[in-house]
Amino acid sequence: MGIVSSQYARISRRLSRLLNIGLPYLWLGLFFLLPVLIVLQISLAEPTLAQPPYTALWEWVDDGLLQIQINLGNFILIGADSIYLAAFLNSLWVAFICTLICLLLGYPMAYAIATAPERWRALLLMLIILPFWTSFLIRVYAWMGILNANGLLNNFLLWIGLINEPLQILHTQTAVYIGVVYSYLPFMILPLYANLTRLDLTLLEAAADLGCRPIRAFVKITLPLSMAGIIAGSMLVFIPVVGEFVIPDLLGGPGSLMVGKLLWTEFFSNQDWPLASALAILLLALLVVPFVLMQRLQQNIDGSRL
Amino acid sequence: MKRRAWPLLSILAFGYAFLYVPILLLILYSFNESRLVTVWSGFSVKWYGELFRNQQLLDAAWLSVRIAAVNATVAVVLGTLAANALVRHGRFRGRAGFELLLTAPLVMPDVIIGLSLLLLFVALQQSIGWPDGRGFTTIAIAHITFSTAYVAVVVRARLGQMDAALEEAAMDLGARPLGVYLQITLPLIAPALLSGWLLAFTLSLDDLVIASFVSGPGATTLPMMVYSSVRMGVSPQINALATLIVAIVTLAVVIAGISLRRRPGR
Repeated sequence: MGIVSSQYARISRRLSRLLNIGLPYLWLGLFFLLPVLIVLQISLAEPTLAQPPYTALWEWVDDGLLQIQINLGNFILIGADSIYLAAFLNSLWVAFICTLICLLLGYPMAYAIATAPERWRALLLMLIILPFWTSFLIRVYAWMGILNANGLLNNFLLWIGLINEPLQILHTQTAVYIGVVYSYLPFMILPLYANLTRLDLTLLEAAADLGCRPIRAFVKITLPLSMAGIIAGSMLVFIPVVGEFVIPDLLGGPGSLMVGKLLWTEFFSNQDWPLASALAILLLALLVVPFVLMQRLQQNIDGSRL
Repeated sequence: MKRRAWPLLSILAFGYAFLYVPILLLILYSFNESRLVTVWSGFSVKWYGELFRNQQLLDAAWLSVRIAAVNATVAVVLGTLAANALVRHGRFRGRAGFELLLTAPLVMPDVIIGLSLLLLFVALQQSIGWPDGRGFTTIAIAHITFSTAYVAVVVRARLGQMDAALEEAAMDLGARPLGVYLQITLPLIAPALLSGWLLAFTLSLDDLVIASFVSGPGATTLPMMVYSSVRMGVSPQINALATLIVAIVTLAVVIAGISLRRRPGR
């Protein structure tokens, strides 16, 4: 009896392993990993006027010989045309500045929520999450009406007499900053909040008892202890913003070109799939470093929690 | 803490104002009679009327809702399985790769996910003839792929916090592992499954970029529709639509919040 049931347990454990690990692995391997490899392949192809619009990378020529044709032209083109370099640099710059602003605004907010009275916390936190649940596209769109030349902000500034003629904000880099910070602020606040609530407050009390000034205690204790939250939040903002499309497209202008927008244009307007793929590969390569940083940090946290 | 509260509270107030003023303005101006969004000319609900007579927009909304529902359901299953694997199966072979595949979709730029999946679908269609054309199925597959990662995060957190004693007790009493999972574990993680489902649903309903890549002729989702209309400039109909979305989401969140709070032991 005991042998039968232990055998049963072993089989069921193996089945559960197969199901729990195998099925998601299969799905993500097929629809996430494989596609990236195909992008890599097509980034090495040449565009043609055909359906689909790229040349095959390998071909069986007669005698069963496999002929492989690798074309680095797309990458050379990207390196040679300064517009691509400018777009990459600008994307990194926008992501960096916006991550910084999100951190400077999000940290005090997360801190205030984490130290708020218990009964307020759930509500305050829900108010941070709520905009995240409403449409991203529509929240970006809201800023179009505000930043317009005859929009609400300009009308307001004219009305209080701060300016004499409307400012051009929409379709500039400034509008992109505003849109990105607005859209990604919750991504910064949530990991910071999660981190700060786990903080051992007795350490701060001990520091205060020993005569440490609050500012100094913050710099020496709170800040280092919340570094994991800071890095997690920063990466959750930085990485997606580098490849952002909607915000530079709707709020940005010719002076605020970003990679995501460029990739979109190459694909949809110019129908140049290989060049779009090459841009995607370069963007991916650029994001590997911050991503690995985030991943390792996450594993460290999990490791220390186990 | 008390003495330093004032500057902290003003930043908090500024932050909330920053998050909410644009949405409130959108709601306000959806009741504006004028077509010019910046001039207030009187209260009117006519844009809501026009919205409900816009058949193209309604069709797009219905398509989006169906995709979102299919996406959320499949993603909850896959995401829960993945969370089980991470919490219950310890250090299995290939765990690092598994975690990588589950984290990457959370931060991967949409343009890369969209482009790469489109190229996969095109390559598959060329070699095995499936998928035959793009639309509902391809968008749903694309959405499931990134939604699964989000669901896994939510369910994993809940599974990790769960008290293992209940399951052990059931096992000791002779219950089979599957029975324990269905009768003890699932009810305990039900709130996480619900929020995972809702999260996946909204993520799908919200996606413009990935759907634009993997969609085909005849399959226009709501965000694609909104985007093409918004590109032309601000439109009062979109304001009305935004107000409806905000209202529905707020209602859903409030209801979910109340029903979760009523649950004993939470």
